[in-house]
Amino acid sequence: MGIEVVVEGLTKSFGEQSIWRDVTLTLPAGEVSVMLGPSGTGKTVFLKSLIGLLKPEKGRVLINGVDMVNSPERDIYETRKLFGLMFQDGALFGSMSLFDNIAFPLREHTRKKESEIRRIVMERIEVVGLLGAEGKLPGEISGGMRKRAGLARALVLDPQIILCDEPDSGLDPVRTAYLSQLLIDLNAQIDATMLIVTHNLDIAATVPDNMGMLFRRELVTFGPREVLLTSEEPVVAQFLDGRREGPIGMSEEKDAATLAAEAGAAGTAPPRPRRIVPQLEPSPGLPPRRAVARRRERVMSMIEQLPPAARSALREADARNAGAPTLPMPAAGSGA
Amino acid sequence: MITGALRQTGRLFALAAEVSRAIFRRPFQFREFVEQFWFVAGVTILPAALVSIPFGAVIALQVGSLTQQLGAQSFTGGASVLAVVQQASPLIVALLIAGAGGSAICADLGSRKIREELDAMEVMGVSPVQRLVVPRVLATMGVAVLLNGLVSVVGTLGGYFFNVILQDGTPGAYLSSFSALAQPADLYISELKALVFGFIAGIVAAYRGLNPRGGPKGVGDAVNQSVVITFLLLFFVNMVMTALYLQIVPPKGG
Repeated sequence: MGIEVVVEGLTKSFGEQSIWRDVTLTLPAGEVSVMLGPSGTGKTVFLKSLIGLLKPEKGRVLINGVDMVNSPERDIYETRKLFGLMFQDGALFGSMSLFDNIAFPLREHTRKKESEIRRIVMERIEVVGLLGAEGKLPGEISGGMRKRAGLARALVLDPQIILCDEPDSGLDPVRTAYLSQLLIDLNAQIDATMLIVTHNLDIAATVPDNMGMLFRRELVTFGPREVLLTSEEPVVAQFLDGRREGPIGMSEEKDAATLAAEAGAAGTAPPRPRRIVPQLEPSPGLPPRRAVARRRERVMSMIEQLPPAARSALREADARNAGAPTLPMPAAGSGA
Repeated sequence: MITGALRQTGRLFALAAEVSRAIFRRPFQFREFVEQFWFVAGVTILPAALVSIPFGAVIALQVGSLTQQLGAQSFTGGASVLAVVQQASPLIVALLIAGAGGSAICADLGSRKIREELDAMEVMGVSPVQRLVVPRVLATMGVAVLLNGLVSVVGTLGGYFFNVILQDGTPGAYLSSFSALAQPADLYISELKALVFGFIAGIVAAYRGLNPRGGPKGVGDAVNQSVVITFLLLFFVNMVMTALYLQIVPPKGG
């Protein structure tokens, strides 16, 4: 089972420029979470801070009791072995073949025999669909293949926490859909905690158990997917609908005057009600995701604190999943 | 401006300390070390040998001409050999190591850095300093020491040849003045210098390579700076070491 990642009051800036302030969230063990955000809101910086590559000025990232921000370097290196990070463009070693790239963590950290390394690596290569390309250099394959090779390398040490930096960028919609399914299948197989950073709405709608969004140098919200998908928060609604009207502007954020002008302008289409797409299921033949049951328990224990729209969406999803109502019938005044 | 320079200096020293510590940490990257050693030796041996012949000759000719005017021609041998072994040889070695080996190391590390390969390595729990920098610094040090021996021999032979053949010096006077003035400590300081210069060349190249600024152009700038910084440091350190040596070790002739 994956490991819980606790982030407390994380604040990061580069020189004068503040990236985000006071980010607090918990990635529940074994669940898939997505961090959304417009371009340039520090999503990648957030990922790199989780793993200790960048040092935020304030706050803590706790993993198994190790603080990835302030602990001694040696503990951080040790804890990193629990991670698999898929970089935006793969970050493969240019001088090594794909096979050697994927075998690298095994050769560095284990004393396995070469025959066993070969077996494990070929297994992972098959999972990401790169059979036949293992002898190629990273410069000789396409961007999508590099990405999948990067994912295979991240998986080779059976990580407990998997971080994906924009798994969809540079991939066509079909491959993105395959990758989404691959991530869910992986979660079913190894039950690792996963965090996906993206601005792809299809991934956001179908993959995660939990979602968060970064905007205006802070974490707008983080919680079960239904909360974000039904949110009335202008930023979230604008982002999920991909509209121009709203607080997100072309460069950064809009100023008050533009916003007011927009609100006054007639003829802007009223926001359509969003439909919640069911979450992806693991491929047939795979075990069910253990995270689902854990999440249901966790979410149901806090359901009374959630907004009404999220509550009804959750109950709906639950009824659909279980096939029969396993929940207490909606109490009076539960909204919706 | 000044704080910026001080910060860079501090980081350079921090890297030097980190590398020194990591040298003794297991596992030692033997394979990487051998590959780098081979590479640095390969790009420096031939130019070093070719540079050292004319360099030894120039020193022999200059010293020979001076001593001739002073009527001390019999001391040409000792003087020119000491100049070659103590000064010329370690500097030639260091300049070549920095120019040929160091620039390649800097460019290699720099391009890995901008392609996020080093970040990926760190994420996998492998320290780039231990995995990549330590073998490279050890390689530059090792090659510097060995190459220094080669350059000393070739330079001395070149000096002997020019003095005896072209300036009509006598072989006997050349050799006897050499054994009158030279002592083993001269060779030791020469090798020590080569070792230190090799370390400096390796560290500076690694430091600039690990911290390029902004994209491929930044890597090019970093290579350029690493060579210039190494040269500046070399001549300064050489001055300090020479001054200390002359103070500490009593001259044989005196």
